[in-house]
Amino acid sequence: MTELVKVCDLQVAVRTGAGVDVPIVHGADFSLHKGEVLALIGESGSGKTTIALSLMGYARSGCHIVGGSVQVDGTDLLTLSDSKLTKVRGRTVSYIAQSAAAAFNPAITIMNQVIESAMIHKTCSRKEAEKKAIGLFRELALPDPEHIGERYPHQVSGGQLQRLMAAMALITDPILVILDEPTTALDVTTQIEVLRAFKKVVRERNTTAVYVSHDLAVVAQMADRIVVLKNGEIQENSLTKDLLIEPKHEYTKSLLSAMKPESRQDTATQTIMDLETSTPLLEVRNLEVCFEKDKRVLQDIDLKIRRGSTVGVIGESGSGKTTLARSIVGLVEPSLGNIYLDGEALNASASGRTREQLRRVQYVFQNADTALNPLHTVEDILARPLSFYHGMKGQKRRDRVAELLSLVHLPDSIAKRRPTELSGGQKQRINLARALAAEPDIILCDEVTSALDTVVGAAILELMADLRQKLKVSYLFISHDISMVQAICDEVVVLYSGFKVEQGAGESFKRPPFHPYTQLLIDSVPEMKQGWLESTGANHEALPKIAPEKANVVLCPFLDRCSVRIEGKCNQVIPARKKLEKGNQIFCHHSFSNQKAQEIEVEKQPISQLQSV
Amino acid sequence: MNKTVLRLIINRIGLGILTLWIVSLVVFFITNLLPGDAAQELLGQAATTQTLDALRAKLGLDLPLYVRYFHWLGGMLVGDAGTSMVNGIPILQLIWSRLPNTLLLAAFVTLVSVPVAMFIGIVSAMYRGSWFDRYINILAVCAVSVPEFLIATIAVLIFAVKLGWLSALSHIENAQTFGEMLKVFAMPVLTLCSVLVAQMARMTRAAVIDQLSSSYVEMALLKGASPIRMVLRHALPNAIGPIANAIALSLSYLLGGVIIVESIFNYPGIATLMLNAVSSRDMPLIQACAMLFCFGYLVMVLIADISEIVSNPRLRK
Repeated sequence: MTELVKVCDLQVAVRTGAGVDVPIVHGADFSLHKGEVLALIGESGSGKTTIALSLMGYARSGCHIVGGSVQVDGTDLLTLSDSKLTKVRGRTVSYIAQSAAAAFNPAITIMNQVIESAMIHKTCSRKEAEKKAIGLFRELALPDPEHIGERYPHQVSGGQLQRLMAAMALITDPILVILDEPTTALDVTTQIEVLRAFKKVVRERNTTAVYVSHDLAVVAQMADRIVVLKNGEIQENSLTKDLLIEPKHEYTKSLLSAMKPESRQDTATQTIMDLETSTPLLEVRNLEVCFEKDKRVLQDIDLKIRRGSTVGVIGESGSGKTTLARSIVGLVEPSLGNIYLDGEALNASASGRTREQLRRVQYVFQNADTALNPLHTVEDILARPLSFYHGMKGQKRRDRVAELLSLVHLPDSIAKRRPTELSGGQKQRINLARALAAEPDIILCDEVTSALDTVVGAAILELMADLRQKLKVSYLFISHDISMVQAICDEVVVLYSGFKVEQGAGESFKRPPFHPYTQLLIDSVPEMKQGWLESTGANHEALPKIAPEKANVVLCPFLDRCSVRIEGKCNQVIPARKKLEKGNQIFCHHSFSNQKAQEIEVEKQPISQLQSV
Repeated sequence: MNKTVLRLIINRIGLGILTLWIVSLVVFFITNLLPGDAAQELLGQAATTQTLDALRAKLGLDLPLYVRYFHWLGGMLVGDAGTSMVNGIPILQLIWSRLPNTLLLAAFVTLVSVPVAMFIGIVSAMYRGSWFDRYINILAVCAVSVPEFLIATIAVLIFAVKLGWLSALSHIENAQTFGEMLKVFAMPVLTLCSVLVAQMARMTRAAVIDQLSSSYVEMALLKGASPIRMVLRHALPNAIGPIANAIALSLSYLLGGVIIVESIFNYPGIATLMLNAVSSRDMPLIQACAMLFCFGYLVMVLIADISEIVSNPRLRK
């Protein structure tokens, strides 16, 4: 077989303000055969996107390609003029961007954007292009393929946009397609649908593709060959099956091991059981939050967090997990229910709470980049809660800042720096230290590792476990990653569109049975083996047919997606909360047991009040 | 057009009316704080208290302030702005004799400045950092920072005094042919444009650059779009909101704020009318002019808001 794409000694550099070139890709060599899918994998800053973009002869502003060659179908793209390059881009090589939501122009209809490259390169008439686009929509399993193109980007979901972008890339039948982290921004359950759609069109059309990702498990499903990058250098270039079984390079091994979260359950579990009868540190009772009128984003939430324990909350985007945390700290006022700290009811709004109450419950925001003021030094950031909650000043405060920094394993010297001068992992540590400065009893962690690379994220989790041992703080740990949550949490709550669908000990999430939604989440987490995408049960078979739902009645929220729904039951009445034999409480009609499950009626009988909606 | 858009537009119009009402309060009461009144101005220094009181009673100036406000506001609402205290001519008539001139000047300036500003803004955004962008930038900063009376005076000095091509005063009544029109309008338009173009071009440049750094413009580049297509098809439609606002703000100034330019060239527009009214303490005329300027300003802002709403598909559909 001939090589379709051949990259030789590619070098890319960033030009700094002083006019000095700092190399970010140091001589990359790799090649692709026709029909092959090659993955570029590495952490942020490894140069994977930079290399992928240079396959289109493009470097983002500030970067420029210094040397080497990029041969695509016999032409060296790096020798072409700008006007020749525009003829290659979108025609010979096309691109699928990371965030489809940002890469679609909000002011133009989807169809016009999908067929734009065909129009620019005049590969066919508008009519033919539209027909072809509709065909692609159908292949990519998009709903209503005939008319989805008439909509604007904000009118379709993120997973659909990502697939529409694939149609956009394939409309000109390019020789090479570049997929740049196309599923990173999606929920696992959506990711699996998009991956299946991508894989189908790539296989059917025998497309040659470069797949950029940080996620080895995803890449294992898509790629024939994997190139592992670190700091702009290729560490390893192996066939996927070889790399997964027998990684040659040390770095690949560390990546593989960081992908598997270790179980960090320690002695804390034991003490919690002993304390079962005492007052929980924090309790959420019958919480309901409405946005606007009658738009419930959370309902009927009960939750207890005991001293020194970690409670995990998982669910996909829009499930209400962040709203839950925000209502606990008083940033969102619930429409019903109460929050108790040590048995004492807290005011619904943060402004109505005492300073002491505020101090005891701290929040760590998801994105340290936006949570830390870029104009303040690290010392300013940490000193603020120290003077606010503890009235510290002068030398005492400086000493405490140094103490906090060492607590999160950062050097003293960092105190004088500003957040923009720190790495992502360092910023997240400062974010955590800021919460610790208040000496809280409980820290609400909102997706604290999801913006970080796997290895860096694993280190943050390590640190949090360490702090829990040392300081006996409790955590409410919000995440979309079920494997991580079950590994580190004593108790796990699964949210689905504002309902608590399952709750139980972290341990019990290791073996079935589960609520059907939990099952779907677990099945959707990519596994580090080839062929997982085809074999996993998630979203695979057709859903059982049921009659239309009874109108004006609140039913199981998962009804539309449930693979085990029952005609005459699930579409008629709301399920009760039941206790499974293994101890988990689920919100489902099934009891997943041969023996008759002991149904427990919920104390406050939410059904009557829900049905009145 | 759907309900959301209609609701938004009605909302904006409602806000405009509210603003206009607040402005009417401010205008009326502030002008009444000015020392002296029309009775004094008409009768001069030698007037006795009795004659002043008699004239005040005749003009209705002896009524309490709030009563006069409601009379005035009621009159404005039915299109009767009262009569001039100085010469007894209905104010509406005075304004109608001047308004077309101001609108004509505004139209000329708009026709020249908007396309030039858009062009300069877009080109300098496309080639940002180039020599063109830098020189235009320097020129724009100079034009914005030089006061317009200076530009006007220099223009008169060069074109009227030294070269003798144009007349220093705008005798609008002489302008019969197109060539004469050009001569009359050249200097006022030039002066106003030099300030407006610079402002609008800077705003357009910023709005377009903001869009050019977005992911979807990068995506267009990677689809093989030419630079012109990237700007015109992808960046510009999303920049219309901010650009329309910038243009509307700049142009609203033409409907009232051109006092200096009108008076230097002795151009018979609304602004000189108001200026004369101030010097003769003709309160009803001042008030009517101020309300007219505010109205013009609000209309421009409303147009900008609506064009932003309509250009945004998130609101449109």
